[in-house]
Amino acid sequence: MSRLEVKMPGQAQAVVEQLYRNMERRIAASPPGLCPVDMALNFLNLCQAQTCGKCVPCRIGLTQLSNMIREVLDGDPPVGILRRIENTAQVIVDTADCAIGIDAAQLVLMGLKGFRDDYEEHILHHRCLGSLKNPVPCVALCPAGVDIPGYIALVNEGRCADAVRLIRKDNPFPVACAYICEHPCEARCRRNMVDDAINIRGLKRYAVDHAGPVPQPQPAPATGKSVAIIGGGPGGLSAAYYLALMGHRVTVYEKQKQLGGMMRYGIPSYRLPRQLLEAEIASILSVGIQVRTGVDVGTDITFDQLKRRYDCLYISIGAHTDKKTGIEGEDSQSVISAVELLRRIGDEEMPDFTGQQVVVIGGGNVAMDVTRSAIRLGAAKVTCVYRRRQEDMTAQAEEVEGAIAEGAEILTLQAPLRIEADEQGRAAALWTQPQIIGEMDRQGRPRPGTASVEPRRIPADIIIVAIGQGIESHGFEQSGIQIQRGGTLLADSSTRLPDLEGVFAGGDCVTGPATVIRAIAAGKAAAANIDEYLGFHHEIEAEVKVPTPRVTDLGPRGRVNCGDREAAERRCDFQCIECGMTKEEAVQESSRCLRCDHFGYGIFKGGRVEKW
Amino acid sequence: MVTCSMDGRTLTVPKGSTILKAAEQAGIPIPHLCFLKDINEIGACRMCMVEVEGTERLVPACNTAVTEGMVIHTNSPRVRQARKTNLRLILSQHNSNCTVCVRSGNCQLQRLSHDLNIHFQPYEVQLERSHVDLEVPIVREASKCIKCMRCIQICDKIQGMHIWDVAGTGSRTTVDVSYNRSLKNTDCTFCGQCVTHCPTGALTVRDDTNRALRALADPEITTVVQVAPAVRVAWAEAFGLPKRQATTGRMVAALKRIGFDYVFDTNFAADLTIMEEGSELLERLSHRGKYRWPMFTSCCPGWVRFVKTQFPSYTENLSTAKSPQQMFGAVAKSYFAEKMGIDARKMCVVSVMPCSAKKAECELPTMRNAFGNPDVDVVLTTREMCRLFRSDCIVPGDLEETPFDSPLGTGTGAAVIFGATGGVMDAALRSAYFLATGTNPDPDAFSKIRGGKPWKEAVFSIPGIGEVRVAVVSGLANTRRLMEAVDSGRVEYDFVEVMACPGGCAGGGGQPIRDGAELASVRGARLWQMDARTPVRFSHENPDVQALYRTYLKKPLGEKSHHLLHTDHTAWSVEGETSR
Repeated sequence: MSRLEVKMPGQAQAVVEQLYRNMERRIAASPPGLCPVDMALNFLNLCQAQTCGKCVPCRIGLTQLSNMIREVLDGDPPVGILRRIENTAQVIVDTADCAIGIDAAQLVLMGLKGFRDDYEEHILHHRCLGSLKNPVPCVALCPAGVDIPGYIALVNEGRCADAVRLIRKDNPFPVACAYICEHPCEARCRRNMVDDAINIRGLKRYAVDHAGPVPQPQPAPATGKSVAIIGGGPGGLSAAYYLALMGHRVTVYEKQKQLGGMMRYGIPSYRLPRQLLEAEIASILSVGIQVRTGVDVGTDITFDQLKRRYDCLYISIGAHTDKKTGIEGEDSQSVISAVELLRRIGDEEMPDFTGQQVVVIGGGNVAMDVTRSAIRLGAAKVTCVYRRRQEDMTAQAEEVEGAIAEGAEILTLQAPLRIEADEQGRAAALWTQPQIIGEMDRQGRPRPGTASVEPRRIPADIIIVAIGQGIESHGFEQSGIQIQRGGTLLADSSTRLPDLEGVFAGGDCVTGPATVIRAIAAGKAAAANIDEYLGFHHEIEAEVKVPTPRVTDLGPRGRVNCGDREAAERRCDFQCIECGMTKEEAVQESSRCLRCDHFGYGIFKGGRVEKW
Repeated sequence: MVTCSMDGRTLTVPKGSTILKAAEQAGIPIPHLCFLKDINEIGACRMCMVEVEGTERLVPACNTAVTEGMVIHTNSPRVRQARKTNLRLILSQHNSNCTVCVRSGNCQLQRLSHDLNIHFQPYEVQLERSHVDLEVPIVREASKCIKCMRCIQICDKIQGMHIWDVAGTGSRTTVDVSYNRSLKNTDCTFCGQCVTHCPTGALTVRDDTNRALRALADPEITTVVQVAPAVRVAWAEAFGLPKRQATTGRMVAALKRIGFDYVFDTNFAADLTIMEEGSELLERLSHRGKYRWPMFTSCCPGWVRFVKTQFPSYTENLSTAKSPQQMFGAVAKSYFAEKMGIDARKMCVVSVMPCSAKKAECELPTMRNAFGNPDVDVVLTTREMCRLFRSDCIVPGDLEETPFDSPLGTGTGAAVIFGATGGVMDAALRSAYFLATGTNPDPDAFSKIRGGKPWKEAVFSIPGIGEVRVAVVSGLANTRRLMEAVDSGRVEYDFVEVMACPGGCAGGGGQPIRDGAELASVRGARLWQMDARTPVRFSHENPDVQALYRTYLKKPLGEKSHHLLHTDHTAWSVEGETSR
């Protein structure tokens, strides 16, 4: 026996490590809709295997919990079983010696609270409330339900124009989304089980870059009905597009000088090139949509006038007001809001930040947008100040990394205290209170708390506040529209407003600031429901035949990621950052698609929604 | 065309053909369970797996297209192993109590385990909990379900009713009534198409043979049986009789052997239905403004349930005439009972029907006589009749041809075609023409609405009445399309015949089951042949129906007819909720 040995993992352990990684990816690929009781049981079984076996509550208790939950699922348990499960789990939480048992039992308690009705349905009726509504994970998670396996197959065959046609069936903004969509579709991609999610947005980008001009379909015969859309952002234009295709007369009222909403006045052109956005909007308008820009509903024309003039209204005003931090000195000169800065940039009024020290307050995508814009406007130094840690930022990780690569400083765990102004009333510095990261909140994000450290002074010539946007809803309240706490408009999931005939609303103004694709999805839903409201049942479909899937090769291989232009070069201009895939990459990446529209449940039910 | 090699043979098949189809054309059988052509090609049972050279894994033959140069092996060692293992897995969740299963001898799963030489089950058998509800005619035994999903697909795609659905998730995934309802609380039409397309005994039609046997055993009770038109062209399939022996006469002889006191023909009541419904059509046509259009046939109980739940505002468009089954029962317990001096309360009327929905129809509160007794006491399906024959060890092929009893055993050519899509319309038009003009048309004058198309339409001119726009539809998904077209005003008809089952009663949910074969058109064609060969081809020329009117009913739509032969479709409601 040696006195000490170097730790070397055995072969079995190495394989188990590999299996852990496979399992993590597999959990990531869980489709929505599974029976939560069944999932809880199987998570518990994993916990059971982890117990070290020393203490009674964990070694035996977890097994008994598992037996009881299995009885709920498969047996004929007494009604009182839920109480027994709850009591047992509580005792394990109270008496287990370490986290292995405590945390496992807590998992069960969470489930008993979170999905008690599922438990009860199993006990009382031996039935399950869970069901797979849409078996294609990417389509299920795309708010607009775009036929993703369909267009990936078309890209694979080089039919990029058909891919664009197929996308437009559910989303009239294939180009904008190809560049800036947050791609929720990729989150639960089944390919995760094999290697990694498909680069769906990258493939869409390839499709739109290589499609050439794709003419729009002919609208249906005129219905004689008229619809006004208030707000010409992605949601409003989507509703306008489908309603016009259905044959209704559509007029879009836009307060700003130009259409596009946050795609123009929020998203900088280095992410979404301006000429592409303009071409896409022009293409949408080509189906026959009237546009009134620079008209503020509420000032230039009243809501009630519009209501009288049109058969139906859709409110999609977005969330364009800035939120204030409320700290001392916020009204100093050269303290500006992100909304204001991005709006000016949207109208091509470029401020000059040459040689300036810029401080950005916030940690979301908008904060990153202004950080990276400030760099491009010539700032000497840009510091992004955030209350929590970098991993807690709501901005997409690649945005934060991109900003850092371009030279931004990310200063974390700093809560803004006050703004120091010079004699002229111009901002001179931001004072912050250093924070210590603390307990998790309900969503599992750790809260910052005041650290026992002296406040910090961050010198600044310009301070940009990017802590969120609000909704300019006060004009609507007088017309009988219900405004909720937080300023959002009250509308149901069908975009109908309660108690207001013929008025619909959706997008950021209903949900609070969200994403382009969610606004598009709301516009699509509104179009369908407005069409029904007006007494029609027009169907939107793409006359594109999706290629039949071939027998797939499941061999694991890497995901093709899109590269960026060199940081040193791109930080000097507003040209597009991201490089598209090559043909070789697009063919390889698209061939990784598992075609869940065909293989598995998709061929049976819900694999393809051909029209809506 | 693409060329492939299968088991060493070179095959050339049309582009896009599946491996299964190519194999079928070449006479190479590939076992399969869940596959149902054009309806369920989902590759769920994995019994049709084959080996394709150059592909690492096995591929399902039912939904993989043949590609140029493909080299396919349907019986390699890997394929053999895979089939056996997958079949044993299916069997580990199947209640293989074959000896007491109604599908024994006509079960794909049983046949396959026999053919694949499965005599050993290494897996623990774990059966799903079954709760059997005999209140409704359609019975599901979960422990026999192999989750092939055919019932869901038939109900979705062919009938458009979405009664069955996948329930639960993960390894507990099963088939159940959609939206966690129970069958009696749904708008299920009880058409039974799910039953005739089930590969096992998981879905069956409730067996009521014991109720018939109890009546037969009671010396106090006079038993009267009626046989629907579509039964006579299908029953012999269960016995594999050659066409020459598959006759109506042998079926009558077998029913006599069972011990029924009177063996009658629903055709008699079909002719009677035409007299009433044809007169009703003429009445409506001559007072167009008084009625809602179009007029619909009412002989199919699946369709009546459908219209009441899916398009309730059209219930009043249904002909008020009872169906032939119910008219028969009403006449048997009144006219016939009086004529023979039988106490109607001691009469048991049994129907043999190609249909499962008829079982629910005879239980309706509106289908009772003045004593509160049902017009029809027991409904048996064609399959149940065949089982009665079998359990009495009757060898139908050996029996003498026997005619139906008189007087309710007489039917015309116009009646026998009730069993095929378009037949009711054809028969009604023949007699309506006569009733309107006093002269018979050519019995084949209305042949435009015959044939296999699911939705047919035609315009006929009847002197004195003018143009009559008619349509014929079968299958409930087709019916929904027609109803939506009617409702939106896209089509306008005067008279529409609807049959819930594709192809009409010939393809009914109570007919003999042959897996993978749709026999409605073959059986229907035989009914049309019977019509062509019958000397009397007009319902109004049925001598016994004429006698019934002369001596008892007086005239169509008369007072007695009104009480006995017509019904109020609005006087009962479907308790179930619709899924939409």
